[in-house]
Amino acid sequence: MKPAPFDYYAPTSVEEALDKLTELGYSGKVLAGGQSLIPAMNFRMARPTALVDLNKVKELSYIKPTADGGLAIGTMTRDSVVEEDLLVSERFPILVKTIKHIAHKQIRNRGTFGGAIAHADPAAQLPAAVLLLDANLKVLSKSGERWVKAEDFFIGPFMTVLEPEEMLAEVVLPPMAPNTGASYQQVSRQKGGYAQAAVISTVTFDGSDRVKEARVALFSVGESALLANKPNQVLAGQVPTAEAIEEVAAYVAKNECDPGTDIHGTEEYRRNLVHVLVRRALTEAVQQAKK
Amino acid sequence: MTQKVKVAITVNGTLYEREVEPRLLLSDFIRHELGLKGTHVGCEHGLCGACTVLIDGHTARSCTLFTVMVDGSDIKTVESLGTMEEMHPIQEAFSEVHALQCGFCTPGFLMTTVEFLEGNPNPTAEEAREAIDGNFCRCTGYENIVEAVQLAAKKMAAH
Repeated sequence: MKPAPFDYYAPTSVEEALDKLTELGYSGKVLAGGQSLIPAMNFRMARPTALVDLNKVKELSYIKPTADGGLAIGTMTRDSVVEEDLLVSERFPILVKTIKHIAHKQIRNRGTFGGAIAHADPAAQLPAAVLLLDANLKVLSKSGERWVKAEDFFIGPFMTVLEPEEMLAEVVLPPMAPNTGASYQQVSRQKGGYAQAAVISTVTFDGSDRVKEARVALFSVGESALLANKPNQVLAGQVPTAEAIEEVAAYVAKNECDPGTDIHGTEEYRRNLVHVLVRRALTEAVQQAKK
Repeated sequence: MTQKVKVAITVNGTLYEREVEPRLLLSDFIRHELGLKGTHVGCEHGLCGACTVLIDGHTARSCTLFTVMVDGSDIKTVESLGTMEEMHPIQEAFSEVHALQCGFCTPGFLMTTVEFLEGNPNPTAEEAREAIDGNFCRCTGYENIVEAVQLAAKKMAAH
């Protein structure tokens, strides 16, 4: 198994990379960590004409605190660096928990935070995580920058709003609100394997016993990572009883995901998993928030 | 004309300067260009872990990296560990508790264990099991490998 030949460019600055992407247009593709792209190229499922390798663009690798208590993460920051960063574990413990479920250590050492988001695998963790955390994505091109909300970024399996001459440069996570709990739930055949269904959620309380906001992101159960609406519609302003959570979980499983059938599980089975996992995720997030 | 790119990569302490095709996988560079056959190629798409090497101290699968991506890096392969006469404590441990049968996957397990024990010198069986979850072994059933990782930790602590 060997990849087909391609033209290779290794810019050392963002400016140089954007020039090259503009010049190449539809024949150019960004190479970040390569942990999804290179296997696809080994199988020759992907045959890009030209690759623009960002591994030498050091200015795209950083984790910076933002003044409001959030974080800005450079697109080329390795997953394992995010996983082990103290500021990340302090401000977004749910992100650390989520990243630990991405494949294996050897993959996380090379895979990049922005690369996984731009790749938009419907079975991947990070697209769901940035939906959950309501991230802002900084997209650069030669003609300037634009900011895209995570919920507007993904448009289908492996499809995003990125134009060929653009790159995802930075992910900004707004701060977690006080009184917020979070949970990660997945079912997979083995650790590090693709999830048959997975749910990440946050529940924020308003300072009393009532919910201010409930967020539920799902992946591996649709054409892209999904953000469910029902949880917040039902739970906001309410005391999150077991009955209310059960109602939400049943609704999301029936109406707010679109799982397929494959050798790992039927659609019916996956809907059942979503039901169970949404219930577990919201229940745990509520408990965490109360701590 | 085929594009060639100049790279300068240190492997097991020796600096190699070569001109390579951009599509040359790091695993093939190590095996075919440098003749270091200890790094094994199993699935060639990032699942089995047999081709695991250390890049600047961190494990990676050499089959899912282009050589050009690691230009300037410091790489360690299984050949960096020990010799037949003087094995590395991790190799000794694998040998002593029969943590291998056919041996095909072993170089990947060894390199994975090197990084793991640096960060966790006294792992529980559960932690050892989790550390090797990215490496496939089709012979042993993993029990002896978990034991070997823990034994290696003890040997290294005694060194």
